[in-house]
Amino acid sequence: YYYSSMAKDGGVSCLRSSEMLNVGIGGMEPPPLDLDEVHVLAVDDSLVDRIVIERLLRITSCKVTAVDSGWRALEFLGLDNDKASDEFDKLKVDMIITDYCMPGMTGYELLKKIKESSSFRQVPVVIMSSENVLTRIDRCLEEGAEDFLLKPVKLADVKRLRSCLTGDVKLSNGNKRKLPEDSVSVDTSLPPPPLSLTFSTNSSDSSPPLSPVEVFSSPLSSPEDDDDVLTSSPEGSPMSEESPIRRQKMGSPGLD
Amino acid sequence: MDTLVAQLQRQFRDYTISLYHQGFLDDQFTELKKLQDECSPDFVAEVVSLFFEDCEKLIGNMARALDQTGNVDFSLVGSSVHQLKGSSSSVGAKRVKGLCVTFKECCDSQSFEGCVRCLQQVDIEYKSLKAKLQDLFNLEQQIVQAGGRIPQVDI
Repeated sequence: YYYSSMAKDGGVSCLRSSEMLNVGIGGMEPPPLDLDEVHVLAVDDSLVDRIVIERLLRITSCKVTAVDSGWRALEFLGLDNDKASDEFDKLKVDMIITDYCMPGMTGYELLKKIKESSSFRQVPVVIMSSENVLTRIDRCLEEGAEDFLLKPVKLADVKRLRSCLTGDVKLSNGNKRKLPEDSVSVDTSLPPPPLSLTFSTNSSDSSPPLSPVEVFSSPLSSPEDDDDVLTSSPEGSPMSEESPIRRQKMGSPGLD
Repeated sequence: MDTLVAQLQRQFRDYTISLYHQGFLDDQFTELKKLQDECSPDFVAEVVSLFFEDCEKLIGNMARALDQTGNVDFSLVGSSVHQLKGSSSSVGAKRVKGLCVTFKECCDSQSFEGCVRCLQQVDIEYKSLKAKLQDLFNLEQQIVQAGGRIPQVDI
């Protein structure tokens, strides 16, 4: 399946699980072979909030793809067009967390689109909002949102979400998509990874996914232990300005 | 006699506490500190730096919108205020956030003078916070350079 991770120098790339051990993209070390790691798609139009939510998620051992709009989220999930595909690759997304108030497409609209899709309707969607509006909360929950977080989001909130995810042993095996040729985004300054996009798995819908996909790593610390900092992903979190590439590129402000 | 490190640490502690007590920072700033560790030792500094860039950009947008004499788009100003309120809330910039609440009300009631006043105040406030946090980060650096550890400050 495809697996998105942060490169040290700011690129976001998708790697096939079988190639994760071998690939070295620019200065990035091959990510640890932890196919059990939770992958979260975070959606927020505010750069500051994206940085914070990304850090919150990484510190609770999640892999994160952060995008700045509902449209980019749909693009990432392959839900932005109606093209039927005979070839399905697995995009492993274990949770989607989105801001409610966004220009263009609101978090609520994004939620609806995800719940309407056959591939991702099982994925828990969490809504974040700075406004504690009961009707808004109800509407989202009715539409199938897993949870509603009041901003500013705190570490305890994310730890709670994370522990709910690992508690749910059944990992959605319905996360399938076809990745078109141009959907593999890499930092333009890096050589493209040697990927071949035809990926044949035993991926008929009825057969179970490869077993590593079903195994969750247990949380690294108790959810109530606020002073404990869980190990974050090995690389640092570089941050940078938005780039026109599909997935949110993050690079450190100081390094640019 | 206090060592240099002990003096610096005390300064750092006192300064941090005063920033909270004077309402410049709230517990969301504390939350950000929780996200800093050996792997991301400059996380807080990086986030607040992005926040201040955001302030500059949004205040510029608001100023431009308010400059359209006779044709001010208050909803445009309001949407920038909303964004600023959001990011100030996310970093714990308590005073900036408070000003945004007032600012939003002025936008909603389409009060030009009110908006102009709020804009000036927000501009002063974010710059003031920026200077204070710079002082705080400098203190941290001095402590580390003097061979000490940055104390955990419980508010």
